[in-house]
Amino acid sequence: MAPILDIQNLYKNYGTTEILKDINVSIEPGDFLVLVGPSGCGKSTLLNCIAGLEPISGGAIHIGGHDMTSVSPKDRDIAMVFQSYALYPTMSVAKNITFGMKVRGIDQKTQTAKLEQVARQLQIEALLNRKPGQLSGGQRQRVAMGRALVRDPKLFLFDEPLSNLDAKLRVEMRTEIKELHQRLGASMVYVTHDQIEAMTLATKIVVMKGGVIQQIGTPAEIYKRPANLFVADFMGNPAMNLIPARTRTAGAGTEIEIDNKGGAPIILRDPHTSNLPPDVILGIRPEDIAEPGFRAAQSAQEAECLVDMVEPAGADTFVLTHLGGKQVTARLHSETEAQPGQRQKLAFDLNKVSYFAPDNGQRLN
Amino acid sequence: MTDVTHSAARTQSRTGQIVLRWLLYVILCLFAVYYLMPLFVMVTTSLKSLEEIRTGSLVALPREITFDAWKTAWSGACTGIQCDGVRPFFWNSVLIAVPGVLISTLLGALNGYVVAQWRFRGANIIFALMLFGCFIPFQVVLLPMARVLGLMGIAGTIPGLIFVHVVYGLGFTTLFFRNYYVTIPAELTKAAKVDGAGFLRIFWSIFLPLSLPIIVVTVIWQFTQIWNDFLFGVSFSQAGTQPITVALNNIVNSTTGVKEYNVDMAAAIIAALPTLLVYVVAGKYFIRGLTAGSVKG
Ligand SMILES: Nc1ncnc2c1ncn2[C@@H]1O[C@H](COP(=O)(O)OP(=O)(O)O)[C@@H](O)[C@H]1O
Ligand SMILES: [Mg+2]
Repeated sequence: MAPILDIQNLYKNYGTTEILKDINVSIEPGDFLVLVGPSGCGKSTLLNCIAGLEPISGGAIHIGGHDMTSVSPKDRDIAMVFQSYALYPTMSVAKNITFGMKVRGIDQKTQTAKLEQVARQLQIEALLNRKPGQLSGGQRQRVAMGRALVRDPKLFLFDEPLSNLDAKLRVEMRTEIKELHQRLGASMVYVTHDQIEAMTLATKIVVMKGGVIQQIGTPAEIYKRPANLFVADFMGNPAMNLIPARTRTAGAGTEIEIDNKGGAPIILRDPHTSNLPPDVILGIRPEDIAEPGFRAAQSAQEAECLVDMVEPAGADTFVLTHLGGKQVTARLHSETEAQPGQRQKLAFDLNKVSYFAPDNGQRLN
Repeated sequence: MTDVTHSAARTQSRTGQIVLRWLLYVILCLFAVYYLMPLFVMVTTSLKSLEEIRTGSLVALPREITFDAWKTAWSGACTGIQCDGVRPFFWNSVLIAVPGVLISTLLGALNGYVVAQWRFRGANIIFALMLFGCFIPFQVVLLPMARVLGLMGIAGTIPGLIFVHVVYGLGFTTLFFRNYYVTIPAELTKAAKVDGAGFLRIFWSIFLPLSLPIIVVTVIWQFTQIWNDFLFGVSFSQAGTQPITVALNNIVNSTTGVKEYNVDMAAAIIAALPTLLVYVVAGKYFIRGLTAGSVKG
């Protein structure tokens, strides 16, 4: 089946500043694509380009197999939910939802039927006669979704739809959006700067920085095999530990040496990776450093480290130590007896590490 | 001990506050009297007979109220050789002000909408030029405007005067609407575009319904400007198309023999009434418009 959205070599400039550089993305029908990246990296701009709200400076955009590069927004068969919701302030909720159909000259009976269906779906039947000013943030959010749903488009576009909600409501709506996606089987492009939102919602993630795509992949790929230091650091909370290390070839594998605060350097052996340069940055997730005997992998290798700080967080306890001159977080079980200022045995799972080149930050293994 | 001094200090400061407040009221009242005095004199004088004006004091209340002066001012006073009162000129002013206000407000709204929400290349320069137009003194445009009106064949006509006021008011009305519309998030326009609405549809269905407060402000401003205008009225009119300000001037200046102060005053009040009315009526909507439904989200 043809991709529902296909972006080829897209460039976007404002005046002489390049905002988006050589963007190539394509998604299949039913995909939930999340564009994630720090604020100002060009996510909204890219979404606006897809919607046709901003002209592009180079490249092509295909939607549903048709070249839409210079087609106006209303003819792209898309619907969009905005960060500020952008509800029409003088219109009732019902009018907000049906405005698009009215503009397109769809008959009154169809309008009413669709309005009812969407209102039921989103449980906003009781709000239909209110003005946006009389709604809470969460209710406005629903109305904005309703306005998009009623269009039944080929492609949904969301621009940080949850960022104006408080933390609890955000989590609820996140689940609801995911449910909606599964129920409708619709194709969606969703912008967020929140990497947790990206991980939970996406079937496919695009990580962006400075208008350049850093990595495209499934949430698992992005999490387990980040393409560079930026992605490794940006995705995951607490972030991946990035530890400067030295390597030596040892048989078929590699021996890794890491400076250890207040002790001899740690030596770890990675039997599966070879051909690493002498200096690397070792990336290891906090959950891949465990306490020996508790949740530690079979093949994990032990080393003694000085504990700087212990941070209980309910289900887990985070233990901070210093390795290779960097602060390193280990995710231990909640009953750990690790104490600040004392030495603690930690088990490193070398099967799950990433290696990055210190100079350009690219992944090595 | 400390309690006592505290409460003493508090009482003292409270008395101080009361004294200050009363002082403020007295000063405000004095100013109010100062500003209301001329109006008082005008109203009372217009209700007196000439006989009483000659013999009585300026600030005295009329002994006998008579509306003769008002009648004369409305339909009998002489403006030069013609003696029909201010009535025909009052209607001239209405015919100039109403279309002038409506057209300049509507065009200002459209201009402001374009400049604020459809950022095109050079939008800022065009807006700056329009702003500059606000600050060109009336006198500067008199001669060029006379020439343009002549070329258009509407010199000395009421449409000509409407045209002059629309052109001159456009800078202000555009400024008002532009400043109001830039506060409306651009996402609103984007949402409407995705919904399939075009340029005029978005203006008509989304922006105009939001604009009541700024429409009222603009209408008050424009009506006051156009109704009270004298210079354009005297420069670009001819017999039969003169606005009421010009007629008022003629009444006051062309009296031969005894000066009919009561008629002059009545004519002046008639000339001022519509602007007062606009403030009273529209001012209420202004407050209402400001508090009804907010633009934000
Ligand atoms: N209309 C514009 N003119 C010039 N620069 C813009 C405009 N809109 C956005 N930008 C710039 O483009 C960059 C990307 O913006 P945006 O797409 O909004 O970022 P994000 O949504 O990822 O936070 C920012 O640096 C911003 O300053
Ligand atoms: Mg954004």
